[in-house]
Amino acid sequence: MKKTLLSLKNVSKAFAGKTVLDSLDLDILDGEFITLLGPSGCGKTTLLRLMAGFEQPDVGSVTLSGHDITHTPPEYRPLNTVFQNYALFPHMSVYDNVAYGLKMEKRPKGEIRQRVDEVLAMVQLQDFARRKPHQLSGGQQQRVAIARAVVKRPQLLLLDEPLSALDYKLRRTMQVELKRLQRELGITFVFVTHDQEEALSMSDRVVVLKEGEVQQLGTPREIYERPANLFTARFVGETNLFPGYLDSVAADTITVDILGVSRKLQKPAFAVRNGEQVNVLLRPEDIRVLAPEDEHGLPGKIVERNYKGSTLDSVIHLEDGTEVLASEFFDEDDPTFDYKLGEPVRVSWVDGWEWLLPVELEPVAEEAEGLVADA
Amino acid sequence: MTRWLPRTYLALVYLLVYLPILVLVVFSFNESRTGYSWEGLSLRWYESLFNNRAMVGAMWNSLWLALSAATVSTVIGGLTALALHRYRFRGKKLLNGMLFVVMMSPEIVLAISLLALFLLVGLQLGYVSLLLAHVTFCLPFVVITVMARLSGFDDSLPEAARDLGASDFTMTRTVLIPVIMPALLAGWLLGFTLSLDDVVVSTFVSGPSYEILPLRIYSMVRVGLKPEVNALGTLLLVFSLVMLMLSQWILIRSKR
Repeated sequence: MKKTLLSLKNVSKAFAGKTVLDSLDLDILDGEFITLLGPSGCGKTTLLRLMAGFEQPDVGSVTLSGHDITHTPPEYRPLNTVFQNYALFPHMSVYDNVAYGLKMEKRPKGEIRQRVDEVLAMVQLQDFARRKPHQLSGGQQQRVAIARAVVKRPQLLLLDEPLSALDYKLRRTMQVELKRLQRELGITFVFVTHDQEEALSMSDRVVVLKEGEVQQLGTPREIYERPANLFTARFVGETNLFPGYLDSVAADTITVDILGVSRKLQKPAFAVRNGEQVNVLLRPEDIRVLAPEDEHGLPGKIVERNYKGSTLDSVIHLEDGTEVLASEFFDEDDPTFDYKLGEPVRVSWVDGWEWLLPVELEPVAEEAEGLVADA
Repeated sequence: MTRWLPRTYLALVYLLVYLPILVLVVFSFNESRTGYSWEGLSLRWYESLFNNRAMVGAMWNSLWLALSAATVSTVIGGLTALALHRYRFRGKKLLNGMLFVVMMSPEIVLAISLLALFLLVGLQLGYVSLLLAHVTFCLPFVVITVMARLSGFDDSLPEAARDLGASDFTMTRTVLIPVIMPALLAGWLLGFTLSLDDVVVSTFVSGPSYEILPLRIYSMVRVGLKPEVNALGTLLLVFSLVMLMLSQWILIRSKR
């Protein structure tokens, strides 16, 4: 059992009357890679700034290893930040940028030199020590920013969308690099992003935020496979949503009518009653596209096919107009695999792969926000 | 046909601007006493200039005044710009607007009002009154120059410095001031030149105890121009060219 390093208790923050964080609780464990994920304006950056000390909560407390640091200025907090735009000092060389934090600690010259050289070697920039930040590429500047923050050996490293300015390929490389660094240094990483793919692939745990409230906290797998609510389900990955009507409830199974097809499903964790409606969630990769003569599944027809290399993505319109996304791996032995546009098919899934959620009253705005975030 | 027209026009413009200056430089090396005809190369007017005690004294006074006025206005103006950039406070817009009022108002108005003020408080006209007046009209230029630099300033830089363990003061010393240094220098140079060649305001607020160069030259012109003035003009020209090159060099070097 890992111990808690940083703890936020009942934290609220408002800017000009607008609530950004609403009585939020969060415990960050020692040594973990935790990601704050959410659409823009969800409060993730504010949360990070509260940890760094650039902002102070209106209510609540921030505790680091048992010490209250709620009102401690940033220079006295044993944690460092990697800024979104890197914030390298333009008038200093790479070496001086990295050495800055150690000079502030008044370390002896020899030690500074050794530690800066060490950390520059770690990010593979030892040959660039004399350069000025503007003489470096985006990826190199990013590595300087990381080196400058980790050279102080902080207990906690805060990263504010550090990869958002990089192109796709470099982003990928840096993701791997960051993971490697985190393993080598054993420092706790708090990573802020709006990119769900990045969050899933890098984190030990993910915090999904919306309008200043934690929607779900869990491992990437929990977040993806067992979303706590519709927002998380839609924000993290693509999802198909079917309305289901409960026909009967047994000890640990329920019978649900999904668009006219009756399926026997595992009883969910939340309370269900006969006649109620539930949401049946299925990820595109859980969907099976079957031949039209198959007796299972819901009838529909193919309206779009997208070849994605390793997968084939289809959009299927069911008879009642519901749109279903399906993502299938190639199976060259399956003769019926390649359907044409407009061809009738049936969609189904393996029992137990569905995920049930209670029906939520959802405001219209929420859907729009989810869509923006996906883009 | 269409090609030489703009070129001739351009040449004419440049000729008009630079010919008088060229004539001044050439005639500063003229042996002639009258300055209307060429009588051979000589450095006599430079010699006579340096032997003119009152003139050299006025030059030193002017340089000292410009130096101190530029420095004082850079310090005050730099701090004002920082405050305007960093803090939100009541009357911020008013303060900003007042700076422009000083810059836009006719010099004669400024001169009269400053004189009235100095007389009212009983300040003896001399170095101090000149310094106060010069700082007044240099200040808005410094503030605007520094503000321009600060508007492109990345606000996460101070935060990064604080995050790395710098106190507010250390951050200002090691990050903020070095980053806005080119603007401070540019503001200083601007203030220096403004102060050095100011006539209108200085005429009103200077006293007999402290004579400055522009006023000295002005009074000489009235009693009859000696070619010494050409020599002085040439020296000032060289001096301002050096300053200009220096400021350009600083700007280029600081370009990112």
